[in-house]
Amino acid sequence: MIHVRHRGITAIVLWLIFLLACAGIISRTHFTTDLSAFLPRSPTPEQQLLMDQLRDGLASRLILVGIEGADAPTRARISSQIAQRLRADRTFVSVNNGEPVNTEHDRAFLFNNRYLLSPAVTPERFSTDGLHAALSDSIDLLASPAGLLVKSILPRDPTGEMVQLLEQLNSGTQPKLVEGAWASRDGTRALMLMQTRAAGSDTDAQQNAMAAIRQAFDQAPGATPSVQLVMTGPGVFSVTSRDTIKRQVTRLSIISLALIATLLLLVYRSFSALALGLLPVISGALAGIAAVSLGFGAVHGITLGFGTALIGEAVDYSIYLFVQSEQNRADHQNWIKRFWPTIRLGVLTSIAGFASLLLSGFPGLAQLGLYAIAGLIAAATVTRFVLPSLLPANFRIHDLSAVGRTLSRVVQRAAALRWPAAIVVLAACAIVVANRASVWDDTIASLSPVSQADVELDTRLRADMGAPDVRYLVVVSGANQESVLRAAERVSALLQTHVEQGQLAGFESPSRYLPSLATQRARQASLPPRPLLETRLAQAVQGLPVRSHLFTPFLDDTAAARSQPLLQASDLQQTSMAMAVDALLIQQRGQWRALLPLTAPEGGNIDADPIRAALSAIPDVLFVDMKAESDRLYSGYLHEAIVLSLGGLVAIIALLLAVFRSPLRVLRIIAPLAAAVITVTAGLSLFGQQMIILHLVGLLLVAAVGSNYALFFDRPDPNTPILPRTLASMLFASLTTVAGFGLLAFSNVSILQALGVTVAPGVILALIYSAIFARQSDAGSSRA
Amino acid sequence: MSQLVRPFSRLGWLAGLALLLGQAVQAAPLSISQLMDSLAKHPQGAATFTEKKTISILDQPVESSGELLFIAPARLEKRTLKPRPETMVLDGDTLTLERGRRKHVLQLRDYPEVAAMIESIRATLAGDRQALERAYHLALDGSAERWTLVLTPLDPKVGAVIARIRMEGAKDVVRSVEILQADGDSSLMTIEKRAPPQ
Repeated sequence: MIHVRHRGITAIVLWLIFLLACAGIISRTHFTTDLSAFLPRSPTPEQQLLMDQLRDGLASRLILVGIEGADAPTRARISSQIAQRLRADRTFVSVNNGEPVNTEHDRAFLFNNRYLLSPAVTPERFSTDGLHAALSDSIDLLASPAGLLVKSILPRDPTGEMVQLLEQLNSGTQPKLVEGAWASRDGTRALMLMQTRAAGSDTDAQQNAMAAIRQAFDQAPGATPSVQLVMTGPGVFSVTSRDTIKRQVTRLSIISLALIATLLLLVYRSFSALALGLLPVISGALAGIAAVSLGFGAVHGITLGFGTALIGEAVDYSIYLFVQSEQNRADHQNWIKRFWPTIRLGVLTSIAGFASLLLSGFPGLAQLGLYAIAGLIAAATVTRFVLPSLLPANFRIHDLSAVGRTLSRVVQRAAALRWPAAIVVLAACAIVVANRASVWDDTIASLSPVSQADVELDTRLRADMGAPDVRYLVVVSGANQESVLRAAERVSALLQTHVEQGQLAGFESPSRYLPSLATQRARQASLPPRPLLETRLAQAVQGLPVRSHLFTPFLDDTAAARSQPLLQASDLQQTSMAMAVDALLIQQRGQWRALLPLTAPEGGNIDADPIRAALSAIPDVLFVDMKAESDRLYSGYLHEAIVLSLGGLVAIIALLLAVFRSPLRVLRIIAPLAAAVITVTAGLSLFGQQMIILHLVGLLLVAAVGSNYALFFDRPDPNTPILPRTLASMLFASLTTVAGFGLLAFSNVSILQALGVTVAPGVILALIYSAIFARQSDAGSSRA
Repeated sequence: MSQLVRPFSRLGWLAGLALLLGQAVQAAPLSISQLMDSLAKHPQGAATFTEKKTISILDQPVESSGELLFIAPARLEKRTLKPRPETMVLDGDTLTLERGRRKHVLQLRDYPEVAAMIESIRATLAGDRQALERAYHLALDGSAERWTLVLTPLDPKVGAVIARIRMEGAKDVVRSVEILQADGDSSLMTIEKRAPPQ
């Protein structure tokens, strides 16, 4: 006895040290709610690019703003007031609402550097014939309706380089202007497009940016109560998802704890039993968070949400201990002898199931697996080694034998339901097979915690704005800025041929605004020295209705351009081109990248193959279809999750076979679990809910939790009836699990909801099927 | 020097013509609202045009011709067929220019001078007095049978580019549009109504 006591104290001390260590780790843990949980752990180059774009790419930094209500002039006025205020705010790189802001700067920059920027500047263009052709073009243009625009610059720019540059820049479509501000096509909403300085993945900064927009709106002198502000964009999504996840996880854990505590209090009728019963749960939760923190460097909010549900599962072990043991200390030791092996096997089967998730390349899934394993081991270990020593000598819970006896009678009759149950399972099989094509939802959007209403708003504003959806990208990598710009120029030349053949509507390139130094030098060298150019010009004007002396300013400008300093990135400041170069030319981890977004021809898709084939000749160039890439990523996850779940199932069966060495017995344990899984899947299908990865995890959890029940019902000798106490403990254990996961079913975060609707009914079904299909005690020996 | 003189000489000529016309039709004076009403009631639709531009930096005037299509209230299409096919479409506030494969889309707001020039034609064809008076001072002369409308820009910025726009017409048909730029360049567009397509 003293020996046992001593061991107990050692266990308590070790446990306390363990708790302190967990608390220490958790206090330094970084909690995230961003996309990181959905991004692969070992990405391909295409996926890496997708991740970088999602985190801090141009698109991730855009906030689309809509102003609704009141009348068009009011909306336009508010738009202008917000823009004026936010343009002075360092949070934003740019605030666009259709007002000409940088126009003057832009035009001056383009005009002053036209001979360095224009792709038309080649030696041929400045030959006599080239000049003649360019001049006749310009004279034609002069006679056209646009003539007014070019007339004043003709003497300085007779070859029309400025027109070339403007043409390149104006390729994008813009929303229409109503009362001087961008408006939606139906004219009911004013539109603004802002680019934040901070990356889209910097959720705090995005939240600040949203607050700044909101404040500018609230304080706009023109704002009336009838006007509303709406915002959308990747950053906005991160902020709202974080709020949603935070709010839900907090609320779920509070309600879940309260619900389970009430349930336990009703059963135990003892506060000390309740407090003691929660110890394994708390230990498990701390161990789970600490393990994930150590294993992944950060804990995702979704993992915490999952953790709240696991409370209902971890509490089972203490229920088994309290309910199954007799009401004295000696019997706790007896419980350890009689029931612990069964529970230990249950824990092991759960671990076998979840261990497969650890192998997942989907970090979100791997986190759940690790959390579940660490949490369940901690809870079970504390129940086995610490809890018995902590129980006071006179520890007593409410006598549950009456409940147990009633359950015994029910279970005795459960066998009568075998045939109906078999029919239900068969029907479920038929439903699953019939709907097999639509069982899975394989779009990545199904994982998103963003609500449907928010997605719709985003689609609407995006369509109104014609905002870049950045689906197709060509990416050029290199060691320095010059080399990527030169490669981008080669790619541009190639893409241009596709544009001319109509396979592409257009493309963007940083080299358009900031040509490589080599190209700039080549363009300078294309300009003949002044005397030579003068002679050629005199010949070129022959046959044209102009005199060459008109173009003296042209000679001056070209002479200056020949020796002007080459353009650097810093020269673009204060122009809207700076923003483009910023977004399209990226230095990251010592590597330079140029992004060339492609625009599909109107009403069509880009046929990727010919472009990919053409680009393959250029080294370090990648063609990426972002949408295909993200869908491939998700279907990869889904496929992997299916394989891993099956692997988990195989591991559970192997474990049971190793322990029992009887295939028939293992089959008897597995059958009710399989029946529960199939019935739940059929149920989801009937309710029209397509399964996502988290449903699969839920099914795995049903198998893991349900295995405990099946193991309790399993007995080598059918003549030993199941003790009423055991039945009562299983009922309460399943009730707490259902309470924990059932709450998730009401969450509007799709991932958590999927877990809830799978596990809660699944666990109940596992218990019922286990009872129905359990080996019956011999008919005559039923003892109530 | 010649640039300075030319506008003055043309002004004199215009004044003389106006005087002459004024005397001839004194019997039936026409008010701006009458003219606008009749223009608004009978939108012109399809027509052909020839345009002659006199530009100081070019030694000789450039001529072009093509079709003009007005769809009330806000769409004006000018399809130049010679010397080079070119299309200009004004729809609402958006001006689209197409030359060969190239397409420019301009927001009129960004180019006030171009806007003023084109708006004058559109608003006159539409009989939109309000739109005209937002941008111009209006002076009408002549009778319903033969009238002359002279538009002078109100905005000094526009005035720095466009000195005056002069339209001539008969009843509800605009016959010619002459634009005189502040730098002396000018264009004269003659419009001929096309038989309505059957």
